[in-house]
Amino acid sequence: MSRHPCIWMGLGLSAIFGQAQAAWDVNMRSGATDVSRSVFDLHMTIFWICVVIGVLVFGVMIYSMIAHRRSKRQHSANFHENTRVEVLWTVIPLLILVGMAIPATRTLIHIYDSSESDVDVQITGYQWKWHYKYLGEDVEFFSNLTTPREQINNQSPKGEHYLLEVDEPLVIPAGAKVRFLITAADVIHSWWVPDLAVKKDAIPGFINESWTRVEQPGIYRGQCTELCGKDHGFMPVVVEVKSQEDYASWLGEKKAEAAKLAELTSKEWTLEELNERGQKVYQTACASCHQAGGEGIPPMFPALKGSAIATGDIEAHIDIVVNGKPGTAMAAFGKQLSEVDLAAVITYERNAWGNKTDDMVTPKDVLDFKQAEEATQ
Amino acid sequence: MSAVIDDHGHVGHDHHHGPAKGLSRWLLTTNHKDIGSMYLWFSFCAFLLGGSMAMVIRAELFQPGLQIVQPEFFNQMTTMHGLIMVFGAVMPAFVGLANWMIPLMIGAPDMALPRMNNFSFWLLPAAFGLLVSTLFMEGGGPNFGWTFYAPLSTTYAPESVTFFIFAIHLMGISSIMGAINVVATILNLRAPGMTLMKMPLFVWTWLITAFLLIAVMPVLAGVVTMMLMDIHFGTSFFSAAGGGDPVLFQHVFWFFGHPEVYIMILPAFGAVSSIIPAFSRKPLFGYTSMVYATGAIAFLSFIVWAHHMFTVGIPLTGELFFMYATMLIAVPTGVKVFNWVSTMWRGSLTFEAPMLFAVAFVILFTIGGFSGLMLAIAPADFQYHDTYFVVAHFHYVLVPGAIFGIFASAYYWLPKWTGHMYDETLAKLHFWMSFIGMNLAFFPMHFVGLAGMPRRIPDYNMMFANFNMVSSVGAFMFGATQLLFLFIVIKCIRGGAPAPAKPWDGAEGLEWSVPSPAPYHTFQTPPDMSDVHEHRKGTGGELTP
Amino acid sequence: MNEALSTRRLVRRLVFVVIGMFGFGFLLVPIYDVMCQAFGINGKTAGAYTGAQSADEARAVRVQFLATNAAGMQWQFGPQADQISVHPGATQEIRFVAYNPTDKPMTAQAIPSVSPSRAAAYFHKTECFCFTQQVLQPGERIEMPVRFIVDRDLPADVHHLTLAYTLFDITSRQPPVAVNATSAPAKESLQ
Repeated sequence: MSRHPCIWMGLGLSAIFGQAQAAWDVNMRSGATDVSRSVFDLHMTIFWICVVIGVLVFGVMIYSMIAHRRSKRQHSANFHENTRVEVLWTVIPLLILVGMAIPATRTLIHIYDSSESDVDVQITGYQWKWHYKYLGEDVEFFSNLTTPREQINNQSPKGEHYLLEVDEPLVIPAGAKVRFLITAADVIHSWWVPDLAVKKDAIPGFINESWTRVEQPGIYRGQCTELCGKDHGFMPVVVEVKSQEDYASWLGEKKAEAAKLAELTSKEWTLEELNERGQKVYQTACASCHQAGGEGIPPMFPALKGSAIATGDIEAHIDIVVNGKPGTAMAAFGKQLSEVDLAAVITYERNAWGNKTDDMVTPKDVLDFKQAEEATQ
Repeated sequence: MSAVIDDHGHVGHDHHHGPAKGLSRWLLTTNHKDIGSMYLWFSFCAFLLGGSMAMVIRAELFQPGLQIVQPEFFNQMTTMHGLIMVFGAVMPAFVGLANWMIPLMIGAPDMALPRMNNFSFWLLPAAFGLLVSTLFMEGGGPNFGWTFYAPLSTTYAPESVTFFIFAIHLMGISSIMGAINVVATILNLRAPGMTLMKMPLFVWTWLITAFLLIAVMPVLAGVVTMMLMDIHFGTSFFSAAGGGDPVLFQHVFWFFGHPEVYIMILPAFGAVSSIIPAFSRKPLFGYTSMVYATGAIAFLSFIVWAHHMFTVGIPLTGELFFMYATMLIAVPTGVKVFNWVSTMWRGSLTFEAPMLFAVAFVILFTIGGFSGLMLAIAPADFQYHDTYFVVAHFHYVLVPGAIFGIFASAYYWLPKWTGHMYDETLAKLHFWMSFIGMNLAFFPMHFVGLAGMPRRIPDYNMMFANFNMVSSVGAFMFGATQLLFLFIVIKCIRGGAPAPAKPWDGAEGLEWSVPSPAPYHTFQTPPDMSDVHEHRKGTGGELTP
Repeated sequence: MNEALSTRRLVRRLVFVVIGMFGFGFLLVPIYDVMCQAFGINGKTAGAYTGAQSADEARAVRVQFLATNAAGMQWQFGPQADQISVHPGATQEIRFVAYNPTDKPMTAQAIPSVSPSRAAAYFHKTECFCFTQQVLQPGERIEMPVRFIVDRDLPADVHHLTLAYTLFDITSRQPPVAVNATSAPAKESLQ
């Protein structure tokens, strides 16, 4: 903050200054890809053209405001048209526009060429998280906001990547052409990473295409940019670019993880373990609607604290979490969360905020429930 | 409809009475001045209501973190702020100005359809009563943005969306009737000898605006009707599940929405084109090219709508077409700005409040035009789209454009309306506070937008914090200043130096030929304009309907 | 009064314009559909294709298959192969599998979308489960074929295509009992 001498508002800004370095940034970043750099150049070109025109027009205007005041000139001129001048200031802007359109067209054609990619990722927008699926790799996962509720509610200091941090970023290899196939499951979202200059709407029912090629490994952050409901501001995009080797080993790990998860399902769990894990799952999956304290936001999002579901029949509780409640905002988490996470969050809900049922729902219970559901049909 | 017109003749025998007394004067009035005043007061109330919602938004965004409102209410605030400002503040204000001034400017005794005029006004309070009441319904009011994209506004909307749709229908009917009235008045009630090319530009721009309204408000009505059918009658216009397409919504909406942008700015162009010559004491430069430029802008506004949708996945040829068409708008807009500057050039300038607002209009609207040009460049728009850069852009176009245009008009014509001069010192204070507040509020939004802050979010990362705080301070300043405007207007109504018929020595036009305040009935006998020469010989002429 | 008469005529015309523009708003719907077909907006494809083409053995195009469940759709739904290589002009078949894990009969509609969108007009389906609605009884599993031809005229710089389906639950709109009878023959043919 000491770098910025312009503390010109005595408003105690300093509390906020310290945390982010880019706090007084006034311009677009040139980004990390060829495309983002050519977009940046285009942006700056047009900006300077506008500045030059602005200086000329406003210069004439301000000169006139000073030199042609009545206190200086009692009598005004009486001219009110000049065909030659009028033609000129129609034609010259037209030529400037043509000059702008040429590089713009070139960049646009480049952006639209998404042929021959090395990695294909399907991106699906959900209210309010992103889902990434690596085509042909059997790797897929949801990417949820991890900023704790306490930070959002100003109960604890905000971290550097406040609201721009997720549990599982999209990982892509450096130097490779990555194609994104973008769609949505519910409402329209928009996937944006400024440093990649990729912004594409995710439209339910239809697929959009975009691509990127990032040279340098690094972490690039963005956000959803189409209003998609309550937590539109809370579904960030994080892209982690790894070197080819790191990417390959990450992909290997990811596949192993899936196998390990299957193993976890058969492990012996204690109530404490499940509660602990459940609290984390609850924060990412449930708290935005049902609130961290389980009080909900009635009537849209009912309270869980002391509710009939969370303190009553276990089977019914599993059912509503796994299958959702049609016609309401309650989503079916059966496919979004693993059996372990489902068991943990249900256990947590049955024991948190004074819901002291001491019930323990194990991953096996959830699995049994799912299988029973299949078997009876 | 014809019944309304037949009544026009009957209104005649009321003409020599003054206003009726009490509440019925306002409920039943068919007088264009009364209705104009009601529109202006309604618009100002809506401006304060929409403004107070903006204050809620800026208060929440004062700092990162959630402090004042929860996200769902925040979304309702952004939505209602937009809807109320567009449909409740800006549009009715221009209709109010049109009601007051067009008959005075063309030498007509009243609007052509006075009863319809009354009805179209009284629809507005009903529409906005309905709209605002949704905030108190279960599930809350509209929370899907003023652009109400499907399926967030259909399948995923709160229950109150049906009332929102009816409110849009009502205000659409009101606008259409207002527009028909304006067209009929301008085309049929001009004083003898008042050819089209002798009309003040405010009348011209309003004529073109009215045609835009007639063309696009029914499309808006159509799109909300389709929403209504999707929600309640099982159709699938905007739902992919039934063979529809949510992107269709955006096409139809923006087919309305882009001309709508010009509906909100063209009348301001017209007013400023009267005010700048008046305070430059010099005729307007390039009257004819102003008329043609307005027409060109109106025409282009119909073929640029998809520039709001560059990221939606339009084919390359589509993107290029809409990019080029949008860039073209810069040409007629540039012509207008150059004309205003040339009007000032070698004039004899004074800077009373109307002129201050008009000059600020030209400068700041041009800045909004520059960012508009940047947004037109499709590849760059991928970075700007739906960020605060866009918010900065359209607030630069609408606040110093539409709103400053309305303030300039209000100060310019207040002496004519009230018979008193307004308090010039306070008005200048109002201007400077508004000017500084507005720039402080909206200029930093360019920066946070470019740095990557999306619009319509209630909370943000710390890297956007500093400029957001500056924005909020500016917004509070701008908002509070408008109470000063209210005070100035009331003070002017209640007293002040008596205004002569023509308080501005450089002003031109028929409205200054009647006493101030304008009598309840004016131009019962139309003035003869045959001897006044046209702005350019040979280009005007009577339009035969 | 001459003036009132001409005002009346003018207003009548303007009202016609208003009604016309209201209709035009609705007319935009079919116009948009035509534009979608012509330019492949949103990767929309035409209905059943009846033409035939000979295979262009010299050229191979990669076709990827995606399956997405819309919100609230609980079926398991996916292609049997993630991608295949095809020769333009040749007829290809790929099967999608759907399974209803719930305890209720459900109706579903799959919506296709082809990417890149400029290739959509060159992607012909001769048979597709998306042409009809699917009804699955609780626990029922079906295989649903798609038969398609990639047009020989596919622009030379397009080397891959993506065919994506989004599966929507339309049970509330098309109660399965009613649909069952009418779509039963269609389903049999899909087996």
